[in-house]
Parts: sequence; structure tokens; C-alpha cells
Amino acid sequence: MILPKEVSAVKQGSFFTGVKTGLPVAFGYLPIAIAFGLLAKANGLNATASTLMSALVFAGASQFVAVNLLATGAGLGEIILTTFLVNIRHLLMGAALAPRLRRQPVKVKSIIAFGVTDETFSVVSMYPAKNSNPGFVAGVNTIAYLGWVLGTACGSLMVKGLPALLQSSMGLALYAMFIGLLVPGLKGSRPNLIVSLIALVLSAITAWGPLCLRSLAKGWKIMLVSVVACSIGALFFPGEVNEDNS
Amino acid sequence: MKITAKDGLLLILGMAVVTYLPRLLPMFLFSAEKLPSLIKRFLDFIPYAVLTTLIFPEILSSTAHPGSALAGGFISLLLAYYQNNLFLVVAGGIGAVFLCELLF
Repeated sequence: MILPKEVSAVKQGSFFTGVKTGLPVAFGYLPIAIAFGLLAKANGLNATASTLMSALVFAGASQFVAVNLLATGAGLGEIILTTFLVNIRHLLMGAALAPRLRRQPVKVKSIIAFGVTDETFSVVSMYPAKNSNPGFVAGVNTIAYLGWVLGTACGSLMVKGLPALLQSSMGLALYAMFIGLLVPGLKGSRPNLIVSLIALVLSAITAWGPLCLRSLAKGWKIMLVSVVACSIGALFFPGEVNEDNS
Repeated sequence: MKITAKDGLLLILGMAVVTYLPRLLPMFLFSAEKLPSLIKRFLDFIPYAVLTTLIFPEILSSTAHPGSALAGGFISLLLAYYQNNLFLVVAGGIGAVFLCELLF
């Protein structure tokens, strides 16, 4: 696999390398976390509560959903169940990371598992397996976590949101990062490219297709699309398709 | 609406538990020394499928206008293909959105 330049240039594995590699995630989290802090405040959660939520839950999409549900007067049980349904997609990401961390002690696995998000998973999984050690993963997770929690605190203490132009352009940050992570992995591998194209078509279908698919929460769409696309890939491309298998 | 401090704490702790479990369980379920090769291949494809569906179509609504998001996404795609530098990809995409919305 071809890696982003700054990634292959640095020494493998250390916590600090992880922190450096995870910076775009933290950077991308900031405007979203600020927006979350502001929204939480507008819906009756003070700075302590929203920052504590970010610190203990660390899952953006579900936190937005929770605050919106709270505003509509939903009960605690309903909000917690919805949070679970939104975040169940992490099962898939944890499963993809697990083989690399299989030799780590329970304590290390438990700490790293806490930091699995769409974004940290994306950054970490684009590394050859042999390069990913727990220090590196913990570094990525830590800087992302700091961006999320500090951003929430800032947002909940701010009087006004970011300027509209800045908020809008920074809204692209995480998507640009996803593109930067995905494209190099598709260049060298036809199977990866085909799985990605299948996922692209399926994703469009779940967004604009039949109502029964369209009305699914994004977390389920990610699961559904990924399971179908990866199953096709696994069945039709036998043998070791990725160079990073070790 | 306003909720009580006790309810707020209960809510946050409940959310924390149900979010942590799906992150934690697979770490132990998929930690066998030798996974069947079909499963291994399935797991190896996950990042590519997940990233694709995270990007599209949500990228279109990530900025104030789908047009600027499309322009930013396109610049990021070009940079990712030719430059391979993550910071540049992100900065270029954001810059393109910024310019688009400033000019149009």
C-alpha cells in the first residue's frame, strides 16, 4: 500500500508518531465539537455536562442525536437506546482492528477500544499491520480525543459560533481527510478499488433509493454497505489481496 | 428543556456504557491467532468500504453549498491522487471551499 508521505517518512510506531498522524482528525473535530458545545448549551446542557459527555462518550454523531432528542423531550432510556443503535457500527471497525492488537494485554485493548471512532479507525487502519503498534494507535486516539473534548468545552463557553465562512469551509476537513486516506489505498489495488466502487453505489442507493433503505440511520447504512461490499470482495478476490497482510 | 443534574449524569453514563461496549467486544471476539482466510479478507476490506460510505454522499452537505463541497472534494481527490500528503489534501480542500464561497 502507498502511504501518505508524512506517514512513511516518520519512524514507525511511537506514541508521538501517532499524535502527529492524528492531528488532521483533531483539527477536523474542532469545528464540529464547537458546534456541539453550542447546540448542547442551547438545549439546556451546561458546559460541564456537555464536556463530560464528550469526555465519556466520545462519539460525535450520537451526541448530536442525543442533544436533539433531549430537546424534543425524549426519555433517558430512549436516548440511550438510540445512542447504542447509532454506535453499533463500531463493532465492525473494532473487528477490523482487533487482529493487529491480538497480542496486547486486556488493559491495552480496553484503553485503545475507547478511542475507536470513524476517523481514528480510518487513520489507523490505513497503516500496514506491522507498523501499527499500540503506542501509535493510542497516540492517534489521544490527540483526536483532546480535539473533541477541548473543542466541546470551547463551544459550550462561546457566546457566538464560528464565522459562517470558516465554519462552512472547515466542515469539509474530515471528508477531505477521508479522501486523503482512501485514495492512496485504491491506487495500488484493483480489489480495493472495486470494493470501494461497490460501496459507493450502495451508499448512493441507501441515500436516494427505496424508502426502507433511505430511512435507516447512518450507522446502519455504514454496516449494511460495508458488510455487502466486503463480502463480495472476500468471495470474489481470493488470496492475499492487501500488501499489508502480515 | 432543562434536565436535572442527576438525570443528566445518568444519561451521560448510560450513553458512555452503550458506546463503549461495541468498541470493546470485537477486540476480544476477533483476537484469534489465526482467523479463517475468508474472514481475514473480509476484515481487510472494511476500511475501504467504511471510508467510501463515510465520504459519499455526506460530503455534499458538509459545507454551506453542495457546489463548494463538490469543488473542495474534487481538489482533495486530485491532491490525494498526485501528492499523497494528508495535510495538503485537507488544507487544499478547505482552501477550495473557502475560495468558492468567498467568490460565488
